[in-house]
Amino acid sequence: MSEASAHAAQHAAPTGFIRKYVFSLDHKIIGLQYYGLALVAVVIGMVLSWLMRIHLIAPNWPIPGLQFLSKVGAPGGVMTPEYYLSLMTMHGTLMVFFVLTNAPFAAFGNYFLPIQIGAEDMAFPRFNMMSFWTTFVAFCILISAFFVGDGPPLSGWTAYAPLSAVGADSGPGQGLGQTLWGLSIFVFCIASLLGSLNFIATTLDLRTKGMTLARMPICTWAWFITACISLLAFAVLLPACLLLVLDRVGGTSFFIPSGLNISDHLQPHQGGSPLLWQHLFWFFGHPEVYIAILPAIGIVSHILINSMRKPMLSQKVIIYCMMSIGFLSYMVWGHHMFLSGMNPFSALVFSFPTLMITIPATIMTLIWLGSLYGSNLRINTASLFCLGFISMFVSGGVSGFFLAQPSIDIYLHATYFVVGHFHMVMGVAAIFAVFAGTYFWFPKMTGRMMNETLGRLHFWLTFIGTYCIFMPFHYLGLAGNVRRYSAFTDDFLVPLLPVHKFITYSALFTGAVQLIFLFNLIYSRFKGTPATANPWEATSLEWSTPSSPPPFDNFGGVHPVVYHDPYQYGVKSSTADYLMQTSPERAGETP
Amino acid sequence: MGGKIFAVLVIVIAIASAVPIITHTFLGASVTPPQDISTHGAEIDKQLDETMIEAGLSFLAAQLLLGVFVWQFGGRKAGPLKNFPGGSKYLVLAALLLVGAEAIALGAMGTKAWAKVYFQPASADALPIQAQAGQFAFYFRYAGPDGKFGAIHPEKIDEGNSNFFGLDPENDIPARDDITSGELVIPVNKEIHLMMHAKDVGHSFYVRELRIQQDFVPGLDLSLHFTATKVGRYEIVCTQLCGLGHYNMKAYLNVMSQDDFDKWLKAQSS
Repeated sequence: MSEASAHAAQHAAPTGFIRKYVFSLDHKIIGLQYYGLALVAVVIGMVLSWLMRIHLIAPNWPIPGLQFLSKVGAPGGVMTPEYYLSLMTMHGTLMVFFVLTNAPFAAFGNYFLPIQIGAEDMAFPRFNMMSFWTTFVAFCILISAFFVGDGPPLSGWTAYAPLSAVGADSGPGQGLGQTLWGLSIFVFCIASLLGSLNFIATTLDLRTKGMTLARMPICTWAWFITACISLLAFAVLLPACLLLVLDRVGGTSFFIPSGLNISDHLQPHQGGSPLLWQHLFWFFGHPEVYIAILPAIGIVSHILINSMRKPMLSQKVIIYCMMSIGFLSYMVWGHHMFLSGMNPFSALVFSFPTLMITIPATIMTLIWLGSLYGSNLRINTASLFCLGFISMFVSGGVSGFFLAQPSIDIYLHATYFVVGHFHMVMGVAAIFAVFAGTYFWFPKMTGRMMNETLGRLHFWLTFIGTYCIFMPFHYLGLAGNVRRYSAFTDDFLVPLLPVHKFITYSALFTGAVQLIFLFNLIYSRFKGTPATANPWEATSLEWSTPSSPPPFDNFGGVHPVVYHDPYQYGVKSSTADYLMQTSPERAGETP
Repeated sequence: MGGKIFAVLVIVIAIASAVPIITHTFLGASVTPPQDISTHGAEIDKQLDETMIEAGLSFLAAQLLLGVFVWQFGGRKAGPLKNFPGGSKYLVLAALLLVGAEAIALGAMGTKAWAKVYFQPASADALPIQAQAGQFAFYFRYAGPDGKFGAIHPEKIDEGNSNFFGLDPENDIPARDDITSGELVIPVNKEIHLMMHAKDVGHSFYVRELRIQQDFVPGLDLSLHFTATKVGRYEIVCTQLCGLGHYNMKAYLNVMSQDDFDKWLKAQSS
């Protein structure tokens, strides 16, 4: 192992600005680059959601400045129905790919996975650099769809064929915009594959002396398991996107059957199947949910243990749960397609493992709760976001129980119930973990503490705000409110408008609250209180580096030696109530 | 202090979230499914209610426990650590047994409702109606006196001349007496066999009161059967994103008495 680490460290610390901060081989810089990209994407995605929410309660209200983004899509600032769908598509794509995949996994994973296993860098630093810059290219391709022809695609982040496959006939944005979407995701898949390979190789090959698999922190495990899921999931989406683009520009008919008459044009295609796209997409799409949430689970568990000053009731059980979720995630994609026209018997086959996924999820929740019992829980912004995560994970999780059942899905499918479900469990919960990770690791990444008062204010307002936004989505869904509508003109939807108004006001408020976080991030980066070497009295290797941020090779030319399990809290030691993994004290006594 | 605030907050949020579910209303809007008008819907509703109780109890229990433990142990002066009685073993067992049993029970019971909609074909005397979805309208077709539908020719679709289905009455005899309607008119208490055809892209057929939702898939003609039990007019909406007019793609389901239906059909064919 040390041989491999030595090999990885062969490249010397760069001196020029470009090699140091732009085309950097340093996993820490690459992690920050991913974080920065996710931050840009989340700001755009959030502004898009604001625009959509405003439009939903006042479809004819001009939004000042929107006409500059698209003259056709928003003449005079009034959003057209098709532009609403375009913004929705971009919101979903940005959030799922560039925020929820990038922030908890690629950003924090890149920064901390090598440090937590005592490595000097990733196994393949050049691949690592390539994976970030490929992601960046994917991001640019996607954003460019705003500025071409008739704008971004309108077929949603799921891009169901044939709407997405037949080209400009099917509506505005379905021309070049949709092709750019397909290319962007294709490129994104390449980047994710490179990243996943790197994570797997690094975890397996570069662990330092004493760092057995069992001694890896929970978040390292989570990133490792996620990398395995991601490798298999993106490997399916990659060819799917390629086929989609070929259908659009190459005249093939993978997803388009014969006899389609679109906008009075008989389509020159035959032999394809729209369901094929759905199968390929969801074969990726469902594991993708866990690509977002498993790193979040890992980060939250890691921080929570530190805050509780005691290990989880069982670290092993949490890891086994994550593995079983990863495994099951490949058997459930059909639950997105209960009503798609596939054989109705298969609905039962997909429903059963979906219901089974609640078992590991419940076990993890109970272990978090049971571990809180009798702990010396320290309350700070990071731990509050972890507790908020548990609450959100539960709230978003129980609604999965409804959607897993095909009979109930008949009524709730494609309603706001689904929107509420995945925003809570995949969106908000994962973002809470990113916030927790940011507050917790900020001193390591910058050498300064984030402002605690602002942090807590941010937490309280965000916690209340997100519940106000997403809980009412479930009520709307129960009332049968259909999703992906740009205005509610149907008779039965009109009475629900007050609920939509409440949600819109909550969304504007909660979005504005995030400015506190952005301010705190920038302010603390330059003016924050300098951090001590181990401000949280933590045990894992990232707190054993000689400086914050760590030097180029992480440990200053030293190979750390690991003597303990990752979470020696609540133990008798000379330092207080914890033993760092690198502390030789009581070596051999603890596992 | 922060721990206590969190504990109170999480409990208040949990209870406040449950209130609209229990009272069926939020900000004056009803948040319950509308009255069911189908023969199979009662089982779906029952399944929904049972899931609501089980999921609701799990939700409240977990949030309350979170609140209580954070209240009790959050921000306390460092004291001796305690372990949850029994450790992880009982928690894992509880999750396995309780949630496992819950999942299996719900899964098994739900199968019945699902089977009623999907596992049996429409009965032989069901009234066949063809539904076609296209950007951004539904059209419905009745076979007419001969009981046979004319064939669809996608290249002959001409909305300007009301040939929505692409029929060819000149060469195709069964097509001559087909009746086309923008509204789905059906007799009450009579099984309907809906044959679904997508003209262009994917669409979906959703009637809340009927507890029916099914995609239209291009290239895949699906069929659906249901019986409406209450006279009235209900909205049919599209729930599969189909393009710019998706939000406005709707039609009406008009459930009539058999007599009224017969009269309506006669008026259409003349």
